[in-house]
Amino acid sequence: MVEWLLEPFQYGFMLRALWATLLVGVVCSVLGTYVVLRGMAFFGDALAHTILPGVVVAFLLGLPLTLGALVMGVVTAIGIGALSQHDVLKEDTAIGIIFAGLFALGVAMLSATGNYTVDLTHFLFGNLLGVSMTDLGVMSVLGVGVLMTIGLFYKEFLVISFDLTLATTMQLPVRFLQYLLLVLLAVTVVVALQVVGIALMVAMLVTPAAAASLLTKRLSTMMVLSAGIGVLAGIIGLYSSYYLDIASGPAVVLAATGLFGLALVGSRALPQIE
Amino acid sequence: MAFLWQVVKKREGIAHESPAVRVTDVSVRYGGKRSVPLGRTGGGLALDNISFTVETGEKLAVVGPNGAGKSTLFKLLSGVLGPSEGDIEVFGGAIQEHTCVAYVPQRSQIDWSFPVTVADVVMMGRVNHIGLFRWPRRKDWQIVDACLARVGATNLANKQIGNLSGGQQQRVFIARALAQETELLLLDEPLAGLDIPSQEAIFEILDGLQGDGVTMVVATHDLNMAAERFDQMLLLNKRIVAWGKPKEVLTPDYLMQAYGGHLHMTHDEQQQPTLLVPDSCCGDEAEGITDIRTGLVR
Repeated sequence: MVEWLLEPFQYGFMLRALWATLLVGVVCSVLGTYVVLRGMAFFGDALAHTILPGVVVAFLLGLPLTLGALVMGVVTAIGIGALSQHDVLKEDTAIGIIFAGLFALGVAMLSATGNYTVDLTHFLFGNLLGVSMTDLGVMSVLGVGVLMTIGLFYKEFLVISFDLTLATTMQLPVRFLQYLLLVLLAVTVVVALQVVGIALMVAMLVTPAAAASLLTKRLSTMMVLSAGIGVLAGIIGLYSSYYLDIASGPAVVLAATGLFGLALVGSRALPQIE
Repeated sequence: MAFLWQVVKKREGIAHESPAVRVTDVSVRYGGKRSVPLGRTGGGLALDNISFTVETGEKLAVVGPNGAGKSTLFKLLSGVLGPSEGDIEVFGGAIQEHTCVAYVPQRSQIDWSFPVTVADVVMMGRVNHIGLFRWPRRKDWQIVDACLARVGATNLANKQIGNLSGGQQQRVFIARALAQETELLLLDEPLAGLDIPSQEAIFEILDGLQGDGVTMVVATHDLNMAAERFDQMLLLNKRIVAWGKPKEVLTPDYLMQAYGGHLHMTHDEQQQPTLLVPDSCCGDEAEGITDIRTGLVR
């Protein structure tokens, strides 16, 4: 049994994949509680797709992919945020237009290069086994940054998520906090890019947090549970990927989906966690 | 414990020379910065050139038919919405200069499934007293406990907010306003859907706060209750129809102007005229008609 458990990690790339998965499991799931509570799932999905042009440009210029993703992610997060403040279009329509347009631009740019299909697959569904030490370093710095920022603004984020009018009467910097949350979402998407990829990103943002929301009615507990579920999904996914020889990104997402199913069944039978 | 009393019990420090609220020539237009609601044409007025003041320590009832602009007025007073024209002062300054305005929303506006406990909700009122980058300290939790005690909700502290009754929900949000150290309390339909004992409990709390010098503005559609329980009334229908003591405001003439065709008049046994006003803008005239003198729904 121990041998079975340790076997995958005799390879350096599997060990790096494990650390990357654990990191993403925690960061995505903790930020995901805000995504679920604030109804930002579509926004998160769109944001993941809009970073593609940035990633492709970085890829073609031989720059770090994270850099391209980060710049593009933060710019579109703020752009979509600003657009939804205006009333030209409904928010989801505006997001849909930008999301599809930028994603198409990314695919078009990539299609002009030689190794189109393989690269696109990596961007769309992750390339967990290709995570380098440098990637891991950048992901860790960004991921810890996201978690620390959530820690610093926990009570302010709670107020703007629960009751915007209260935030206004207390003269909190509402607009700043809303944008900060969008930027954190963009950074989180960048952190998870290589693990689950663009197309499956929304699953890591939403599924563990949604599972946790079924089990508790307290935000702090929900964050901890969500992180636990995200980590567990990462570990289960990685083993399934190794032993069943399936793509790692989808394996992690399927594990998260399975855990959500268990939480759904369990929430009917178990009392809520304080 | 002395500081707790200062926060929750007596706050004699509330002594302002300016009135608590001064609204001067304020109009609000639809289709300004925000989108025009469906079915309304752009440029229409939600509030038309209104002016009034609320003195410190006063309890003002805002009444009027549905769509009269009560909610818009509350958005103005809480600073969520800016006036298209005119000027609003709170304690002699801009609303943005104050953190003492507390807004207790209509119960229907709150997501009751949100994962927070009663104590968490009350603690939200402390957020800007705690300050940026800080977590609640023991003093803050003591204040939360004291605020809950003041509204008789100590035993609810660890309950999830979805498990409260209507009256309990309302009391918890008043406790949050106390934690905010409010001097101007805005309550939007606080009694809607509550049974008589719950309404009484809320009024006991509000009367206590008034004794401490807290100014209150309360939206309600219950004219009878407003007449009995409030110092001042504001009868609104986009413009101010009448403003003053309840008996000056609740005249057949003013009510007719505010409620238009939805007003009904009969004579009782002593041949005294009795006004009947529907609880809300009526579709079916047979239902929900309140006798303003007896408070009985016929």
